[in-house]
Amino acid sequence: MSCERSEAIPLIEIKNLHVHFSVYGGRLKVLDGVDFVMRSGEKVGLVGETGCGKTTTMKAILRVLPMPPARIPQGEIYFKGRDILKMNASDLQQVRGRGISMIFQDPTAALNPVFSVGQQLEAVIHHSTNRESKLSRQEIHQQAIASLQEVALADPERLLRSYPVQLSGGMRQRVCIGMALATGPELLIADEPGTSLDVTIQDQILRLLRKLVEEKNTSVILITHTLGIVRETTDRVYVMYAGNMVEVAATTELFSHPLHPYTRGLMDAVPRLTGGGVSDGIPGRIPNYLNPPPGCRFHPRCPQAMDICRQEKPYFYKLSDNHEVACFLYQGSKEQGSKEQGNLRPVTCDLRPATWRAL
Amino acid sequence: MTTDILTFTDLKKHFVIGHKGILNRETVTVKAVDGVSFAVREGETFGLVGESGSGKSTVAYTTIGMYRPTAGTISFRGRNLFEGNKARPLALKKDIQIVYQDPGSSLNPRRSIKEIIGLPLQIHRRPPTPPNVGGGRRGNRLEQVVQLLEMVELPPDYMHKYPQMLGGGEKQMVAIARALATEPSFVILDEPTSALDVSIQGKIINLLIRLQNEFHLSYLFITHDLSLMRNVASRVAIMYMGKVCEIAETAEFFRNPYHPYTQMLLSSIPVVSEEEEKLKPQKITSTGEIPSPVNVPSGCSFHLRCPSKMDICSEVDPVMVEVEGGHTVRCHLYGDQ
Amino acid sequence: MAEQATISREFATTFTAQQIKQLERESRREGLGRAWYKFSRNKLSVVGMATVLLLVLLAIFAPWVTPYPKHAGPFTDFAHAKIPPSLRYPFGTDQIGRDVLTRIIFGLRSSLLMGVVVLALVVPPGVLLGLLAGYFQGTWIDTVIMRITDIFLSVPPLILALAVASVLKPNLWNGMMAVSLMWWPWYTRLVYGLGVALRNEYFVSAAEVTGASTAHIIFREILPNTISPIFTKMSLDVAWVIIIGSMLSFVGLGVQPPEPSLGTMVADGSRYLPDQWWIAVFPALAIVVVVLGFNLLGDGVRDMFAAEEI
Repeated sequence: MSCERSEAIPLIEIKNLHVHFSVYGGRLKVLDGVDFVMRSGEKVGLVGETGCGKTTTMKAILRVLPMPPARIPQGEIYFKGRDILKMNASDLQQVRGRGISMIFQDPTAALNPVFSVGQQLEAVIHHSTNRESKLSRQEIHQQAIASLQEVALADPERLLRSYPVQLSGGMRQRVCIGMALATGPELLIADEPGTSLDVTIQDQILRLLRKLVEEKNTSVILITHTLGIVRETTDRVYVMYAGNMVEVAATTELFSHPLHPYTRGLMDAVPRLTGGGVSDGIPGRIPNYLNPPPGCRFHPRCPQAMDICRQEKPYFYKLSDNHEVACFLYQGSKEQGSKEQGNLRPVTCDLRPATWRAL
Repeated sequence: MTTDILTFTDLKKHFVIGHKGILNRETVTVKAVDGVSFAVREGETFGLVGESGSGKSTVAYTTIGMYRPTAGTISFRGRNLFEGNKARPLALKKDIQIVYQDPGSSLNPRRSIKEIIGLPLQIHRRPPTPPNVGGGRRGNRLEQVVQLLEMVELPPDYMHKYPQMLGGGEKQMVAIARALATEPSFVILDEPTSALDVSIQGKIINLLIRLQNEFHLSYLFITHDLSLMRNVASRVAIMYMGKVCEIAETAEFFRNPYHPYTQMLLSSIPVVSEEEEKLKPQKITSTGEIPSPVNVPSGCSFHLRCPSKMDICSEVDPVMVEVEGGHTVRCHLYGDQ
Repeated sequence: MAEQATISREFATTFTAQQIKQLERESRREGLGRAWYKFSRNKLSVVGMATVLLLVLLAIFAPWVTPYPKHAGPFTDFAHAKIPPSLRYPFGTDQIGRDVLTRIIFGLRSSLLMGVVVLALVVPPGVLLGLLAGYFQGTWIDTVIMRITDIFLSVPPLILALAVASVLKPNLWNGMMAVSLMWWPWYTRLVYGLGVALRNEYFVSAAEVTGASTAHIIFREILPNTISPIFTKMSLDVAWVIIIGSMLSFVGLGVQPPEPSLGTMVADGSRYLPDQWWIAVFPALAIVVVVLGFNLLGDGVRDMFAAEEI
């Protein structure tokens, strides 16, 4: 996939990443050639259902996949031009936490219940800044307070002495965000932030993330299966299915013109405030990674599957500057030589339930 | 004329979680449910909405018999569910069932699907009808299990699988099959699709609706997903800190919310289209945390976060009044004291 | 009113009874295959299993596989005493002229028997008490059971075993009784902790809500979730029981001469160190092999019971 004309090296570039897991019965070929690019300063969403491989991809970036069952037979991941997969341990440690930080879905599980918030936060700060400048305990403490203030937590002194179990879910998630940002990372990966929280608190958390990102120019990858959140919080969105990226577009473009049948199916499946019932969603389930379908992994569930979809794997085709899609509906086969435009159907925005299946 | 099948009358459920004070004489109580009254009509889907700490799950668990009410009553077809000190009779257990939120923990990972679904069949001893009687055959227990799996559109070889081998949506279908195995008339659905992806949510919801129509079931549908509620419930009640704030028919609830909390919630829903954005009330940002249920604010429990707070709100707890036909609100903005 | 019109809920099953039975059979086979896969992933577990199997076979067929079966009983041959390991006596002979190898293999019998019998005596009541105390946590049942457990646990275990064994006639069976008496509380405590956590799970509530009896919940919902830790503990315990049994016979309780016991052999042989080292060292090595075998087997059993991710 090509970038736009830009001089800067992309912040993250994943090329043709494959990840396999060894299990009873063979190998799970979870990631099947993932491509991903983002530049500094962007807020990118990564949307896909459970099991599509989004968390696996992020874990691969940070190299926290359990390597005995997991293997990376192919692919490269570049962070600011350096191949993460080939880094040695000490360089990797620099990247983790300082270059890239991650916040997880369940803040309760991410915080150690037997240590106070202060102990955990200060430990993070201590470990991340120890190399260049040895900070005194007082300075670390001050920085911890500053981190908590930045995430709009009141009474930081008392909070530092508290234990996670004494805080509400929203506060815990904010502490996690504070911890992740305390190291001043260039990239923040947020895995379903606020999913386990209430809608109003989730709203607060997302607004907080937006504000912080703007103030510190941190880039964000927001992983979620909730389309509504992506629409409000990101500039660009990747849609992922069964170990492949299937579509990427600027957010407004994706929501007004979703192209890939899977994306359209997802949009269709979201219940609407306008009422009218709920669509049945996308029939079938995600493929068995032991024996994934040949060609396009989505073809068994796709209402518009063609012969070529069963034989060849689609590749990213650039429809416009801010919209790429991997689907034979919009491109010809690679063997045909050039990227001829296939049957480009007029894209309608009418996504009422059942319309999708009527296409 | 539809009758009320399940009626809540001033239901209260308090949990004592500790002691404090001199000689530990004062108790620390969580007032999870603190005076809830509404009725579910036969055959309808009654929606219960609220955030964590609102008490909606406690209402569900009390109804199903996991807790006994601290005060107030729950009546099923006119009969008090908690008569005397006895355990709930088997006939009532059969008639009121529940589908839990997290299928991962509501299915025993050490029991096969066959055993999980077979349990209610075994307890309530659905007898196999002799062949050649009536329309279809019920068959022996194994066949009944297969029938239930078919009803939720799962293949029969799933019987031998264990829950962790199934996807989230499939697990929830098993939970639904289990709930319906006893042929209940009332089913509580506690966030049945919250743990699932949006792409399979619809299938389960539509299955539930189909089953409701086929077997004339009444549902108490609990969720925090307002967009989903809009499409599923016929009437909606919203709870905050153990009390009901507003009840209305669904379209009316979304079109014309009276209570400031309802408005706040509706304005925070993440939507996917401009069309829907226009339907939302004006954005009310909530500041501050949801207060702890141990330290309930005085007067109206919402007054600390309410943008329309008045003086009286911190002193007196409002009562439910009817503002329009079938639309009731509990708020000083509308009540005459 | 119970008399509401029950709408018929018959469904025609599209699957015959025949097909359903076939599915049952296939699933059983697959279950075994998965279990073996999980067990055998760690090669050492297979080694452990093979070792234990070998030891058990040797013990069972001792009279037929040993070179000098008579040496396991009353037998003396001072002419051939204290011979170092050689072709004729692979592990040498002891101070009375008995073949060490033969006696080790016969000695395995009492060791393995002790392991198996003690666990068979200890596990069922221990687990049962733990389940009851756990399910009825907070009630008098819990208090009574756990306080009794505490009392047994507060006595230093070896002293308890010694006390009991010295009061009774010293032989293998009484030795086993003594060890059993000090062993059961550990299972109660293990299962109690698991049971208390498990009874708060939603699947237990789901069963209660459906109307399941207490017996069903304890034995069909809670117990299966405790099998894994119980089995793991059991396979490691075999090793411990054998060591304790050896300790008992080392101090003269438990198995009596001339019946061979690994512990006694080590005790007697220790007098002849370091010159006639084989008399003590080979029995000691045998104990090590037995313990190691069961430990490795235990690891494999734990893996086998681990819940599947996929």
